[in-house]
Amino acid sequence: MIDFVRNVQLWFAPQEISEEGRTPDYRFSLANERTFLAWLRTALALIGGGFAVDQFLPHLRWAWRAGLALALLAAGVLCSLRAVNHWVRCERAMRRGEDLPVSRFPALLSIAVAIVAVAMVVVVIAGWAG
Amino acid sequence: MGGVSPGADRGAERGAATDPAQNRDPGLQPERTRLAWRRTTLSSTVAAVLAMKASLHGGVHVQGVVVCALCCALWLGFLAVAHLRIRTLTAEGVPPALAPRHATTAVLCTVAVAVCAAVLVY
Repeated sequence: MIDFVRNVQLWFAPQEISEEGRTPDYRFSLANERTFLAWLRTALALIGGGFAVDQFLPHLRWAWRAGLALALLAAGVLCSLRAVNHWVRCERAMRRGEDLPVSRFPALLSIAVAIVAVAMVVVVIAGWAG
Repeated sequence: MGGVSPGADRGAERGAATDPAQNRDPGLQPERTRLAWRRTTLSSTVAAVLAMKASLHGGVHVQGVVVCALCCALWLGFLAVAHLRIRTLTAEGVPPALAPRHATTAVLCTVAVAVCAAVLVY
C-alpha cells in the first residue's frame, strides 16, 4: 500500500524519477511508453463498450443494462489507472537496473472480460426467448 | 539493462549526424511510438463521439449539454497531450522519455470520460 502511494506521488513528479539510477536506452523507454498507450487504448475500448451497451441495447431491462455498462466502465477506469501505475513502475525498475515488475492484472482483466461476454450471451439469448 | 548499451551510443550519434539516411533509427522506435499516440487519439475520438451521442440522446437538456461539453473538453485535453508528445517525437535527435505529468493527464482524461459515462447511465 505504501509502495502504491509512493507510485501515485511519482505520477505527478517527473524530476523524482530522473533522480533515481541512470537513464536507460531511450528505445526501452519508448517501448514502455507504447505498452502504456496500448493499455490506454484497451481502457478506452472498454469505456466505449460501456457507452455502446447503454446506447445500443435499449430493449434490455434497466438493471441489466446499467450493470453491464457500469462493469465495463469500471474495468476501463481500473485499466487506465493501472496503465500509468505500471508505466511508472517499469520506468523506475529500468532506471535502477532491476527486473521489470510482474503483474496479475492481465489475467484478472481477461477473466472479467470473459464474464462480461458470457453475461452478454445470456442476456441476448434470454432476450430472444422472452 | 545496466551499463551503457550500444543502442544509447548509437542514439547519441544519431542526434549528431547530419546525413538523413544515417539519422534513421533502424528500429523506427520514435515513429512507432508516434503512431501509437495517433492510434490512441483515434480511440479517444471514438469514445468521445459515443459520449456525445449518449449525452444528447433523447432530446437536449441541461445535464446532457453539460456532459457533452465536458467530454469535448476532455477530448481536447487528450489531444493537446498527444500533440505535444508527437511534436517531441518528430523532432530531431534522441527523444526524451515521456513525462509522468503527461501520462497522468492522459489517464485522468480517460477516467473522467468514464465518470461522465457512469453519470449518463444513471
